[in-house]
Amino acid sequence: MSGYWTGIVAILCFNIVVAYSVFLPAAAGQLNLGAAGFVAIGAYTSGYLSTDVGLAMWLTIPIAALATGAVAFLISFPMLRTRGVYMVLATLAFAEIVQGIYINLEIFGAAAGYPVAAFAELDIIAPITILVILFVVFLMATRFGLSMRAVHDDERVASLFGVNTRMTKVAAFTLGGVIAGIGGAIWAHQFNYVEIQHFNILLSTFVLLYVLIGGTQTPYGPLVGAVFFTLLPEFLRVSNEWRFVIFGVIIVLMMVVRPEGLVTRTLVERFYGLFWRRGRTAVADR
Amino acid sequence: MTDSVLSFQAVSKNFSGLRVVDEVSFDVARGSRTALIGPNGAGKTTVFNLISGVYPIDDGKILLDGVDITRLPDRERINMGISRSFQNIRLMPHLSAIENVMLGQHARARKLGSLLFPLGWLPGNRWASEAADALAQAGLATYPGEVVANLPYGVQKRIEVVRAMMSDPKVLMLDEPAAGLNEKETGELQLLLEGASRRGVTLLVVEHDMQFVRSLCDHVVVLNFGKKIFEGPSSEVHRDPGVLEAYLGSEAVGDAA
Repeated sequence: MSGYWTGIVAILCFNIVVAYSVFLPAAAGQLNLGAAGFVAIGAYTSGYLSTDVGLAMWLTIPIAALATGAVAFLISFPMLRTRGVYMVLATLAFAEIVQGIYINLEIFGAAAGYPVAAFAELDIIAPITILVILFVVFLMATRFGLSMRAVHDDERVASLFGVNTRMTKVAAFTLGGVIAGIGGAIWAHQFNYVEIQHFNILLSTFVLLYVLIGGTQTPYGPLVGAVFFTLLPEFLRVSNEWRFVIFGVIIVLMMVVRPEGLVTRTLVERFYGLFWRRGRTAVADR
Repeated sequence: MTDSVLSFQAVSKNFSGLRVVDEVSFDVARGSRTALIGPNGAGKTTVFNLISGVYPIDDGKILLDGVDITRLPDRERINMGISRSFQNIRLMPHLSAIENVMLGQHARARKLGSLLFPLGWLPGNRWASEAADALAQAGLATYPGEVVANLPYGVQKRIEVVRAMMSDPKVLMLDEPAAGLNEKETGELQLLLEGASRRGVTLLVVEHDMQFVRSLCDHVVVLNFGKKIFEGPSSEVHRDPGVLEAYLGSEAVGDAA
């Protein structure tokens, strides 16, 4: 694989992981426009543990994930008091605060950025990404995943059926934080340099776009969204001046044609039906 | 005194000054099939919302099996044995039929081990096959994997009833289960409910279809403007002057007399 494509695959892995970090709260009905803030915490934590503490990557990445998860857990309580567009604004504000803090912290090099010692190649990043995907697919298949989707659809009714809606939302938000921390660690060890300017509103917006346009109903939506939007600009490079215009038009078209996302429940169900006619006949035959 | 499973004691509820439930008391006998009827706006659905814990009550007490549940949060009440359906279908639109039914099992599966076990991946998963069986028994076996938003109204309506039955409730509260169903569907619904009743589930039903009420229920509570105006066997309700007045108006009753 050429260096160019290695770089794109690494970015793709980062985008997929961060998309899943936003997907988990979104699957429970919480829109998070603060992904960049969580990613920054993960990136700086793993970078610091690698450069200043001298820990190996198999430690820096999980610790960064847990630290980011802990922050997500703590802020989930005030955050989840807000709803809808106010939650979008609250998470955005959180990311801005994180950015403001890191840009002023001298131990992390402030605005100049912070070098990271250990380098992670694709043979580390890709398996981590696959593990994250499998984890989320598994989680969504459990009863906890069912509770999250129930909270997304109708919180009151979910509660009446015994779902602890608050705990479900806190858990989804916290697990999203853990995954964002992994994403940040991937970034830090891949580029060996952490600059807070990268973790800005544009990153949060794009990641939320991957998830919403990919579709929040199934765990495959963020994967499709992240792959599509990471690779699309590469193919649009042929007409460099117009690529952002084309990109924007495609986004608008998607929202018009598939407002519930590229991958919906019904689509997945039909797709399975093509290969093995499960469900429909299996149960009727009893 | 008969053995009552649910006891509603002098309960009142105000909505910004409007008294929608006014010192209503009634008992639901264990194993009975009780109907809660009344003209539109009588407060029937509000009574359901108070029992299931959607709103707190202003005054009075609600006992379930002798235990005061007045202050219990809604998600705890289903553990105590109260389950309900909704007047306007409130299935989870993005979940499939079988997933909606599995949500109904939630109260029995709240241990961490049950929460983190995949449903429906392995053949013969206990929860998934139980839910599939319940759908099949209700004559809904054709649709398990279909997202409910794509299903016809009558089917959604019955999935709601199946979902409400999945928590093994002591008291099953159904808010207009037969509304909008055709004759065949109503018949199937009645069989389903009679089956639950035979297994010992107490039914509390809000319904406008009086023929359905008469053939299903043995006991009737009538509300009008938030007050209880009648309680007794369903064979007597259509002879009660107060009930006739509430439904038809006083002049009509006078003419008939």
